[in-house]
Amino acid sequence: MNGSPYILSENNSVTLVMLKVLAALIPGVIAQVWFFGPGILVSLLLCGAFAIGFEAFILLMRGIPLKPFLSDGSVLVTACLLALALPTLAPWWLYLLGVFFAVAVAKHLYGGLGQNPFNPAMVGYAALIISFPLAMTQWAAPLGVAQATPNLWEAFDLVFAGAGSISPDAYTSATALDTWKTQVRLGKDAADILGQPIFGWAGGRGQEIVASMYLVGGLLLVSNRLITWHIPFAFLAGIAATAGLLHLLDPALHASPLFHLFSGGAMLGAFFIATDPVTAASTPRGKLIYAGLAGFLTVIIRTFGGYPDGVAFAVLLMNVAVPFIDAYTQPRVFGHKHGGKRGKA
Amino acid sequence: MSRKLLTFNGGVHPEGHKDVSNATPIRLMPLLPRYLVALRQHIGGPARALVQAGDTVLRGQMIGAAEGYVSTAVHAPTSGRVLAVAPHEVPHPSGLADLCVVIESDGLDQAIEFQPLDWQALNPSALRNRIRDLGLAGLGGAVFPSFIKLNPEGAGIDTLILNGAECEPWITCDDRLMRERAAEILQGVAVMRHMLGAREVLIGIEDNKPEAIAALRAAVANEAEVVAVPTLYPTGGGKQLTYILTGRETPTGGRSTDVGVQVFNVGTAYALYRAVVLGEPMLSRVVTVTGHVATPGNYEVRLGTPVTDLLAAAGGALPGATGELVGGPMMGFDLEDRASPITKAVNCLIVKDRAHFPASPLILPCIRCGACARACPADLQPFEMYWFARAKDFGKSQSYDLFDCIECGCCTYVCPSHIPLVDFFRFAKSEIWERERHKQDADQARARHEFKAFRLEREKREKAGKLAAKVAENKARDAAAALGGAETASDPEAEHKKAILQAALERAKKAKESVTPQNTENLPPAVEKQIAEIEARRAGAEITQPETGNSPS
Repeated sequence: MNGSPYILSENNSVTLVMLKVLAALIPGVIAQVWFFGPGILVSLLLCGAFAIGFEAFILLMRGIPLKPFLSDGSVLVTACLLALALPTLAPWWLYLLGVFFAVAVAKHLYGGLGQNPFNPAMVGYAALIISFPLAMTQWAAPLGVAQATPNLWEAFDLVFAGAGSISPDAYTSATALDTWKTQVRLGKDAADILGQPIFGWAGGRGQEIVASMYLVGGLLLVSNRLITWHIPFAFLAGIAATAGLLHLLDPALHASPLFHLFSGGAMLGAFFIATDPVTAASTPRGKLIYAGLAGFLTVIIRTFGGYPDGVAFAVLLMNVAVPFIDAYTQPRVFGHKHGGKRGKA
Repeated sequence: MSRKLLTFNGGVHPEGHKDVSNATPIRLMPLLPRYLVALRQHIGGPARALVQAGDTVLRGQMIGAAEGYVSTAVHAPTSGRVLAVAPHEVPHPSGLADLCVVIESDGLDQAIEFQPLDWQALNPSALRNRIRDLGLAGLGGAVFPSFIKLNPEGAGIDTLILNGAECEPWITCDDRLMRERAAEILQGVAVMRHMLGAREVLIGIEDNKPEAIAALRAAVANEAEVVAVPTLYPTGGGKQLTYILTGRETPTGGRSTDVGVQVFNVGTAYALYRAVVLGEPMLSRVVTVTGHVATPGNYEVRLGTPVTDLLAAAGGALPGATGELVGGPMMGFDLEDRASPITKAVNCLIVKDRAHFPASPLILPCIRCGACARACPADLQPFEMYWFARAKDFGKSQSYDLFDCIECGCCTYVCPSHIPLVDFFRFAKSEIWERERHKQDADQARARHEFKAFRLEREKREKAGKLAAKVAENKARDAAAALGGAETASDPEAEHKKAILQAALERAKKAKESVTPQNTENLPPAVEKQIAEIEARRAGAEITQPETGNSPS
């Protein structure tokens, strides 16, 4: 088969798409280093290395040419998103296991690139938070909460030696989301809780800036047409609307929409995770439904669930619904009267 | 101009490369010693050859007549002798040979007498027949016989659109034609407008051809509006241009005439001018020769000119050429054989080289990024159709409106995984057509079989009926003879007759039942016995094993 067209758009490849996504993460990573120390660089490096290792090994086992499929960059995106979703300064085997679930289980057991129904990074995250809940709640503390952030060597030391030479407790704390949830359940006053140093002007201290940087990177993706506005908009709107409604009902129990938008994985999820094209809805209306409901579920899980953040489970749950959503939201084809249900043979 | 233009969704901006060939005026090809005139240069049935080997022909003489409704005539491009009427390679995506008339030129180029048509006075039907016999077909690419499109009957056409968009990269034949022969094009438009009864004439030209726009605006009075449309591939698609200029959407499976619009290519308007005003059949067309060739440009080429000669006229391919494309790079096809002749469908020859037409890159899996859907001018979801086509689930592909795909190539063009999507769609469409054909064949075979069975049964019944009637008649005659000419038939006699008839009917009924063919007929007695035993056992089993097989445990 080699019919028309005989020309292809230049500078256009999966690799380039993935590299642009990685580039858009850079502002967020810089902010993270600034506020939480270079620990994130260690986890990015580890996750990246593990991911390439697993990917290469599985490609070899499956008899798939290594070079084009390793260089497509997709596994690096998965690894980086996972690293950014996991706490830094965690023991190295946590990253190894997370990457294993993301790459080997979620991606390759389902057929590899383009075939996976579930977001690989979120599968990795979910597997870890179910298996190792304690390790997953110890996050690097931001400047202003901790006395100092670890330097790069200390970060390596913490990751590889665990509590060997330095105690991680000096550098870690619960996240703002976690703090809010546990203390509200203890019956503490909302104003008192928000007055603690872990809280900033919008979300968690430092984390709100990181989230803002994800927002900036994400908007770059939108303006470069790597993603459309639908999913980030609907995801954030879903979070804001749900959190807003709960906040109106009882502000003492439920944090403000602004807090929900700028803490935890909301921004990263909106622009980088829920938008994973392989696992997200693909039609314009479908994207709005998929992401809107994912945002809604995120707040519901954060508020009423047992886990510190809800983005991963919300996205995974909506991944399940994607084929159904897509089939019912097909856009109107030129010259047709209606869009809607397609796929009936 | 204040006209409000709409834009279709999607589309792409491939690099134009128009300046390679549009800087020089249209050049006339010199007379060649040999022409190969294909009998099928248009959509529809091939023309029926009117000449045979050894005949002498004159330029403009009809050598193939329209056969069937969707067909049109072909003509001798020069005077000379017919060498053969034989299959020959033609420029077609299939690469298959088709019947061609081979004409050896006598060098005199004598023409028949061309008779201009009094188009304003001629009755419409006669005018259309003349246009058919002059071989007019659309020169935009689809080569649909023009006389059919010029039939306004029942269509209610209010708008005539002249398509000068020329949105495919590299091609500039319409551009040059509009620059150089605007007045003639407008004369062709006048004929079209007259025939269609259109109120409004819109000439749509992409704004990357300012000279063509200026030339037509200078030539036009107020009979038409020249509209500059934004450059965006595939603006030149009939449905797309109709939408841009009028806001009317051609319904799926329909034509632009369904929304009161008829679309013609500017080249066709020019050809119509030559046909109607000058009386000259379609003998030549302007062809862009471009790409990796010594003197790229536009050439007025007699239909039947072998590609080799045209390439030679353009100075020949430069070193490093990697083959030729017929048409544009987005929707054209690879030329299989340079001996193929130029037909009415060939608007462009592109000599490829590695720099502009690199080898296709490695294909990666689809990541559902949706770039294809955003580029699709038909608002399809190409990646969905692709997944199903690849899985050979063609029904599903079709349910995603596969047949609304115009194969413009935008999806393949933008795919980051370099998946040849359009190839998959062409494949899926041809598979579906093939299955459709198989189904039709099967339906026909079944219908024939059923009719045969019905006929056999009817014959048997008729025979039995006749026999019974004859027997009855004989009996009656015998009885009448026995009674010695008794006036009235007795009651028992009538009853007997009835019984015989009844028996005959019964036989006929049995015959009807035995018509259904069975492979258990005409078997040796031993086998018959075996079957009977098996049947008996089966009957027994059905009685002794009630329902256990069916009920879920």
